[in-house]
Amino acid sequence: MSDAVWSAEPTTPEAIERALRRLVHERHTENGGYVPGRTLNLVCFVDRAYVGEALNRLRAAGRNQPSRLILLTYEPRRRSLEGQVVVAARDRPTAAGAPIALFETVRVALGESHLDDLETIVDPLVATDVPTLLWAPHGHREALERLAPLAQAALIDSAAHQRWQAALRQAAELSDRLYVVDLAWLRPAPWRARLAAAFSRPARRAELEAIAAVTISHHPDYTASALLLAGWLASRLGWRPTPLYAGEGRGAIASGKLRSRRQEVRVVLRGLPQELTPGLSSVCVETASGRSLTLSRGPGGLHAHERLPRGQERRWVILGASRGEGGILGEGIRQALLRDPTYLPALQAAQALAPL
Amino acid sequence: MASAPTATAPQAENPLAAGQERLPAEPTTLVIFGATGDLARRKLLPALYNLAHDGLLPERFYLVGVARREREHEHYRQECEEAIRAHSRRAPDEDVLRNLLANVRYIPGQFDSDHLYERLGQLLDQLDEEAGERLARAYYLSTAPAFFPLIVEALGRHGLAQQREAAVRVVIEKPFGSSLEEARELNRRVLAVFDEEQVFRIDHYLGKETVQNMLAFRFANGMFEPLWNRNYIDYVQITAAEDIGIGGRAGYYDKAGALRDLIQNHMLQLLCHVAMEPPVIFNAEQVRNEKVKVLRAIQIPQHDRVAEVAVRGQYGPGHLAGEDVCGYREEEGVPPDSRTETYAALRLEVDNWRWAGVPFYLRAGKRLARKLTEIVVTLKPVPHLAFSQERSLGVRPNQLVMTVQPNEGVSMALGAKIPGTRMSIRPVNMEFNYGTTFLSESPEAYERLIGDVLIGDPTLFTRDDEVEAQWAICQPILEAWEASAEPPETYEAGSQGPAGATRLLLPGHSWRAI
Repeated sequence: MSDAVWSAEPTTPEAIERALRRLVHERHTENGGYVPGRTLNLVCFVDRAYVGEALNRLRAAGRNQPSRLILLTYEPRRRSLEGQVVVAARDRPTAAGAPIALFETVRVALGESHLDDLETIVDPLVATDVPTLLWAPHGHREALERLAPLAQAALIDSAAHQRWQAALRQAAELSDRLYVVDLAWLRPAPWRARLAAAFSRPARRAELEAIAAVTISHHPDYTASALLLAGWLASRLGWRPTPLYAGEGRGAIASGKLRSRRQEVRVVLRGLPQELTPGLSSVCVETASGRSLTLSRGPGGLHAHERLPRGQERRWVILGASRGEGGILGEGIRQALLRDPTYLPALQAAQALAPL
Repeated sequence: MASAPTATAPQAENPLAAGQERLPAEPTTLVIFGATGDLARRKLLPALYNLAHDGLLPERFYLVGVARREREHEHYRQECEEAIRAHSRRAPDEDVLRNLLANVRYIPGQFDSDHLYERLGQLLDQLDEEAGERLARAYYLSTAPAFFPLIVEALGRHGLAQQREAAVRVVIEKPFGSSLEEARELNRRVLAVFDEEQVFRIDHYLGKETVQNMLAFRFANGMFEPLWNRNYIDYVQITAAEDIGIGGRAGYYDKAGALRDLIQNHMLQLLCHVAMEPPVIFNAEQVRNEKVKVLRAIQIPQHDRVAEVAVRGQYGPGHLAGEDVCGYREEEGVPPDSRTETYAALRLEVDNWRWAGVPFYLRAGKRLARKLTEIVVTLKPVPHLAFSQERSLGVRPNQLVMTVQPNEGVSMALGAKIPGTRMSIRPVNMEFNYGTTFLSESPEAYERLIGDVLIGDPTLFTRDDEVEAQWAICQPILEAWEASAEPPETYEAGSQGPAGATRLLLPGHSWRAI
């Protein structure tokens, strides 16, 4: 099927919504196998200059796409609204009659004068009774605030913020109003899963109480991800989070000692200036008995290196494909339909750990 | 029998496991018996690859293939690679595939040879040593059913059925016996070696998302429960229709037939999902307890009444998708005088407070008009109709249709006013489609089930008493058919099945068109 397209300028939200309904109806009438997708509204607020980049990122997200994308492109001087609607399907209906979901893209160009009433522009455009996710990949916090009453979740990336202290604070503030899906939290998800697995056996579980040191190495721009991982360990294991000190030790950007039920836990966050891959580079957990487990990024999955108290060493590869940044964004969209109860406690602990 | 530790209960106490989408599986060696067979190539190996791709295999994982054919480790790795490339639902990531294959081993041998198990034991110990810890062991029996008890007993004899520091599990493919007596005997022999908590009897239907969704649909929505009983439901119909014939499976199918192949396991599971009471919590014990209660409440047909509640048929030549197709007896490998049923339909009653008097119609068959698996719940008609039925299609009872395949979803047939000046009613559908409502691609049933074996969660597997209760329902029917001089009724390939199936229907009921 060719994409169905409508556009107009100047226009109104009501006219855009009417056009959207008409195009969907026409596609369904043309072939009953086409039905509107009803998964998720994604409202994306982006500067006009970055529209292409945002769309490219969404394309790379793969299968996890919103059923309706409302793309608000911002041009400060624009006075009138310009609207465009595209209704498309990935596949053609088959003889077997499986319904094919229609994906709807609503693009609205708007200016500064529209910001005060932004929610009244977007409200008629969101599919009702479908969760709505907000995403402003290049800042525009004011737009997120305006649109928050229309949405259930916000997609953010604490690591993309130039000042991670502010990023964590903003994530916490936003969490008061919406469910926050933080890409800086999703990137280390496989690391969290593997650390959980490493201590899953009853015999190993007691060692969680004996963790004496955690060292997290990361891309220098991904301090937020490292703090969130440390915050996750602290919140799950009952360590009392206290601010880390910056600049201690060679190569370390922050370190400190946290109090667990049994002992002190030394936490080191090490930014690696030479690291090119986003996110974490390695995580090392050491116990008081001298056992250590190091997970490092590598081809085909995380590479594990275990050192036992008597000096024996073991290495293995933990299987898992890299999701890439596109896959992580897709996962973020999917997570908007789920709820992870461990993020907020980890975020609060990460804020408390933020280096002085 | 000493109980091996299972992963399920202690995992919940791991504070790092909270919030994870999937509980971590303990380090494991998976041994596939029948590793070069069709099931392994088409389903098990691709499922393992996809689990690896998604990071859902244990952090230490080895795969050992066991089969009769002689080959080296490397040769088997190549076969695994070919199977994964050919049948995986997504293109393999080369690094993940290479690392997965690096941990694959192969042992050739006869399943009844002690030497095989000695070598297997040595290899498993060697892999434990390589990993530096005792690995959990999962034995997947993907062989001909005749080997199941031999393999299980040999594992027991060679001390491979239990270990202290890690779990040992055994996965048994279907069919679990071919009669009640065989199922009981197989249970007896398996449970003489393993504890029930170690045994995972596979019914891959239970791994399908839509089958699991039936429980969510019933127990997460308050609107259905008040109607879900004999006061409002007129009858339930469960259909598993295939348009294909038997392919190259004549050897198996001619001994099994439709009742053993589909109804005894898959369709009775679907019936249980429709009829069971809500479990207090969603865990293996509670869910399976409720299913067993349903199976035990089903009236077991008396021999002399089988003809009233069961119909069998066999497809003859016909037309499908514009092509001529041969009849069952003309299929390659099928005896020309075969009396095996390729279609079976039953009328069952669940004798309990909720369902007394509500017939459950089950039908399964090959070479029917199209491929379709669905559950249809038909409500009783409204007691009084104020509208004229003149010039309308009329008011029909509401129907709730849960489609398992091919278009997974749920639809509800309602009466609605036809636009116009008259109050005319016709049925309309309100539909929910999986494909248009959820983002994610559903994992294959085997991915879910193997993943559950690795974490030790038996909720989606059939328990010993469950499988025996299933057989107890089917056994009298099988015996009556075997004793009968009447051959199965012939139906035209590509049709709705044998005309005699209507004999099962109570007045006012009808088979839904396939």
